[in-house]
Amino acid sequence: MILDLDKFVAKERPFWDELTELLRLQDENSDYKLTLEQAKRLFYLYQRTSADLVKMKTFAGEAETSQFLENLVAHAYSRLHEDGGEKIRFRPWQWLTRNFPSTFRRHWIAFALSIGTFWIGAGFGATALNYNYELKSDFIPPQFSHLNEKPSKRVAREEKQDFDAFQGRHQFSAQLMTHNTKVTIMTMVVGFLWGIFTLILLFYNGTLIGIVMFDYISDGQGTFLTAWLLPHGSIELPAIFIGGQAGFIIAHTMFGWRTNLKLRARFARIRGDLITLMGGAALMLVWAGIIESFLSQYHDPLFYPWKIGFGAIQLLGLILFLTFSGRRKPELSS
Amino acid sequence: MIGRTTVLTIQTPEGVSFTIPIASPISRCLALAVDFAVIFALTMLISQVVGFLSIAASGVPVLGDILSDFGNGFMIVAQFALAIFYGIITEWLWSGQTLGKRLMKLRVIDERGLSLGLKQVIIRNLFRLLDILPSNFYLLGGTSCLLTKRCQRIGDIAAGTLVIRETRSIAPQFSELMERDENSFAAKPHLESRLRQQVTPDEARIALDAVVRRNELEPKARLQLFEELANYFREMAEFPEDITIGLSDEQYVRNVVETLFRQAAT
Repeated sequence: MILDLDKFVAKERPFWDELTELLRLQDENSDYKLTLEQAKRLFYLYQRTSADLVKMKTFAGEAETSQFLENLVAHAYSRLHEDGGEKIRFRPWQWLTRNFPSTFRRHWIAFALSIGTFWIGAGFGATALNYNYELKSDFIPPQFSHLNEKPSKRVAREEKQDFDAFQGRHQFSAQLMTHNTKVTIMTMVVGFLWGIFTLILLFYNGTLIGIVMFDYISDGQGTFLTAWLLPHGSIELPAIFIGGQAGFIIAHTMFGWRTNLKLRARFARIRGDLITLMGGAALMLVWAGIIESFLSQYHDPLFYPWKIGFGAIQLLGLILFLTFSGRRKPELSS
Repeated sequence: MIGRTTVLTIQTPEGVSFTIPIASPISRCLALAVDFAVIFALTMLISQVVGFLSIAASGVPVLGDILSDFGNGFMIVAQFALAIFYGIITEWLWSGQTLGKRLMKLRVIDERGLSLGLKQVIIRNLFRLLDILPSNFYLLGGTSCLLTKRCQRIGDIAAGTLVIRETRSIAPQFSELMERDENSFAAKPHLESRLRQQVTPDEARIALDAVVRRNELEPKARLQLFEELANYFREMAEFPEDITIGLSDEQYVRNVVETLFRQAAT
């Protein structure tokens, strides 16, 4: 049997047009809410069009109309079966004070692995420099070539310099924010390669910090170093560790230990957490960029205690925030 | 590339299956090139505006320097934000399309055929930083696209998405196609019946597709195709010469199609 195509199309077209119109309304306005009657009608039209598609494929097989109907059915199918979880309203304060810290705590093992890898790298860097000081120039990348200078020489020069709070600071701050955010995102996404490159990135960055720390401390510039790094590092480094944490979450997802879920389902479970961690890390890096540019580079010895105090309080505040913020109060038993 | 598929087949709970064509790596590359050009153009525009404002502010003694420095900082952040958020914002607002994808008629969808979620959009765009490695050559993403069955870059795998080719969304008009000079085959209803009995739905579909798409063919290919089709259908039901005389091969096939698809009218 071959379908009378013209008659069939003429009879069914009003329903297809109606379905197209309903879908268009929703496409053009993502907040568009169907009434109960409209929702019922949408479902009816979807089913009718699906039946038309089956008829077309079975009795006519004409490619153009079949393709049109497939497109329409696919569109309606995606609307009817879409993930309702995506419609949750974004509440920034709740996200910052509850979602972000609780997500962080939920994956604390990944964070511990991240911070551990970094400090093992730092230990390696310090040990390597202690073993052979000449290695310093081999480790320091070209963009940080100023760190090749002997610390005491740099400190003597910088402490004498006048600090211009504005000249070039905005630009420097922007460079720091974008560069560190890129590094943090990169530390996360390379987790896809089974976490190997997340480990390498964290270890490498740790090695650099270890070299710098050892270099300054062994040259008797520990106070300068602390006053220089602590104000912004107390936020910047944890943000990079969070990037590493997200990377290890992805790596764990790639391995799929202790689950029978497919990769697709495993990723669906962690997507929200990854975005929350990255969002939190990005906010931290914006703040760290501002501090590094406008405060950390101010090297007046009289100001060191204030800078160290500020960095220490900031670090303590961050630890308390990530540990306790957003915890639900235990319910009292009656 | 072994086992690569060009369509996504969805089986709905209602028992209906439909297919969605998956975008080829080439069309995706072209869309990407357009998007890069758009980002570059927007970056240049911002840089021009900031440059102009810096020059305008440079006349003011202290404030001018501050504003100029602020402008430079703003430009760096804006460039970074554009690179990251261009894809996120456009794909979210245009249901899976960037400007490049719109031009190339591509769309990002959930790999189960569902609508794209915001989380998926963010993840696939963040993973672009991995896909473009090494050094913005898109080697990782390109390799992944070539090796995966459904042409997914790493960002697509992580986000559970794939890029499809948008198909025509306007129902074809058959009345225009069918309404033409009288079908001379109608004078021989018994032969029309024999034709309908012998032609399978697949053969009918081929004939109809040929008629619908005839204007897309090269003249030589068009002549050859309709000649082969007409000869094929002539063997199935031989209409007398008095009603086929003067009919071109194409007209013959159109008569066949009208006979097959307008049963109620005959």
